[in-house]
Amino acid sequence: MKINGVTIDPTFAEAFPMKATRVIITADSPRWAKLAASTMTGFATSVIACGCEAAIERNLDPEETPDGRHGIAILLFAMGGKGLAKQVETRAGQCVLTSSTSSLFSGIDGGKRIPLGKNLRFFGDGNQISKVIGGKRYWRIPVMHGEFVVEESTGMVDAIGGGNFLILARTKLQAIAAADAAVTAIKRLSNVIMPFPGGVVGSGSKVGSKYPSVPVSVNDAFCPTLKGVARHSELSAGIECVLEIVINGFTQNDIEEAMRIGIEATCALGQENGIKRVSAGNYGGKLGPYHFKLQEIMA
Amino acid sequence: MNALTFTLRRPPQQRVDLALLSCQRIAGLSTAEINAIELQCGKRRLRVDELFELSGSNNREIVFRNSCDKLDRIGHELDGGEITVEGDAGAYCGLGMKSGSIRVRGSAGIFAACEMHDGMLQIEGAAGDFLGGALPGNKRGMQGGMVIVKGSAGDRLGDQMRRGMVLVEGNVGDYCGSRMIAGTIAVMGTTGYSPGYSMNRGTLLLWRTPKLIATFADCGTHTSSSFLPLLFRSWRSLNSRFAEPKAAFSRIHRYQGDLSALGKGEILVKS
Repeated sequence: MKINGVTIDPTFAEAFPMKATRVIITADSPRWAKLAASTMTGFATSVIACGCEAAIERNLDPEETPDGRHGIAILLFAMGGKGLAKQVETRAGQCVLTSSTSSLFSGIDGGKRIPLGKNLRFFGDGNQISKVIGGKRYWRIPVMHGEFVVEESTGMVDAIGGGNFLILARTKLQAIAAADAAVTAIKRLSNVIMPFPGGVVGSGSKVGSKYPSVPVSVNDAFCPTLKGVARHSELSAGIECVLEIVINGFTQNDIEEAMRIGIEATCALGQENGIKRVSAGNYGGKLGPYHFKLQEIMA
Repeated sequence: MNALTFTLRRPPQQRVDLALLSCQRIAGLSTAEINAIELQCGKRRLRVDELFELSGSNNREIVFRNSCDKLDRIGHELDGGEITVEGDAGAYCGLGMKSGSIRVRGSAGIFAACEMHDGMLQIEGAAGDFLGGALPGNKRGMQGGMVIVKGSAGDRLGDQMRRGMVLVEGNVGDYCGSRMIAGTIAVMGTTGYSPGYSMNRGTLLLWRTPKLIATFADCGTHTSSSFLPLLFRSWRSLNSRFAEPKAAFSRIHRYQGDLSALGKGEILVKS
């Protein structure tokens, strides 16, 4: 299959079940909402070492937020419910509570409830105030900037992590341009995030390595500088850079739609801009139950 | 199906207990069976059809027409359904209500919304004393739900209130929020003597500066940029002046008390 001269490989992205939640941060200004959101989603690229994968889903207009202020929706993903709950609470306490003028709300009404402000309230040292508004419990915690308002819990839902596609380009600049275009297009969608820096993985990995203590290592099959020595290199002579877009989402449809839009944006640049192929990362279909077949998605 | 309508034939001479006419009590009953229900009226027992003319058949939607302030315990422990009172309601309107809604076109007597658990009680006129309070001798008043009073309310509003919201567009009497355990009371008009007397927790949100007793600590002014906007937004869908954007504010003077009790309550005054 070719789109605008770009080859779509007959392969698939392999993804895994995860647990996820959405939280909403509000603040007195967009800048402070962004600061709190950036801090909460910091060091959250991969569950391999970060504990969770998180990123900003989208900016919210004042009309969309519970308290009518500027807001930002964040999605957080982890491999299990306990891990997610721990990450959410830790990040809420260390990153949002500490951020000036901020408040924190649940962005999912349904699902299994996990603590958001339930334990954070004890920061109030007995001066915290509970309020049930519209059937939801909120905690008002007195802080030095005034009052930190936090919803008691947020909803945890089943989700999928690891949807991906690879951009294979002639040069590094051309790959970056395509990746930026893809990320920009995908960012318009709800229910998905791309947790890596700028939404792009510059160092995609494979499971395992020659060192027993290292769980993941370089994806040598797509590493341009190893194309002559890798056991099964996927790269031809004209490809000098490979970038990966990793997508986590709530449902298969969400990820499929994000992959389709992202690949479309990539292919729109076409062969004339150095985009040679679009491929995907998988483990032979043995590890993840979700298989996103590129050619079916783009058909 | 039309609403089940009880049209009062003439104002009764004695008080009438209408607890048996809540939606869940008469669910599944035929018109004849409802007419045969005996209601306590003073020391006598009167059949429904002696007091009311009955029409309609939708037991989930009840209307009391030509109602007067002698009709007590309307919507007693109401658990779903809607009741409209065209006229005044007597005492204990919405007592122990669990869900559903009651709308009183006129005024309601004492102990309205008393020990209410959930649901909505809207009073277009005035409300009597102990609105949202506890029955004498009991220790927990209103425990959930929403009460809106478009007129004024009497003394001891929210006495021992545990949870829920009471919104009063008019004035309230003395000891508003007395012995309050938790919950929210908002008053647009004036408050009488000693609001928040002996309150443990809970919030009184006042549009007018009250005369406070000495056991409330002045915590100064601040701008509530999240909590109050959240609260006001939750009222947007209400049929009330509380829903109007111009009613909202975020600049408040906070007083904490009653320090002679637990002292974790607060009076927030528009500043």
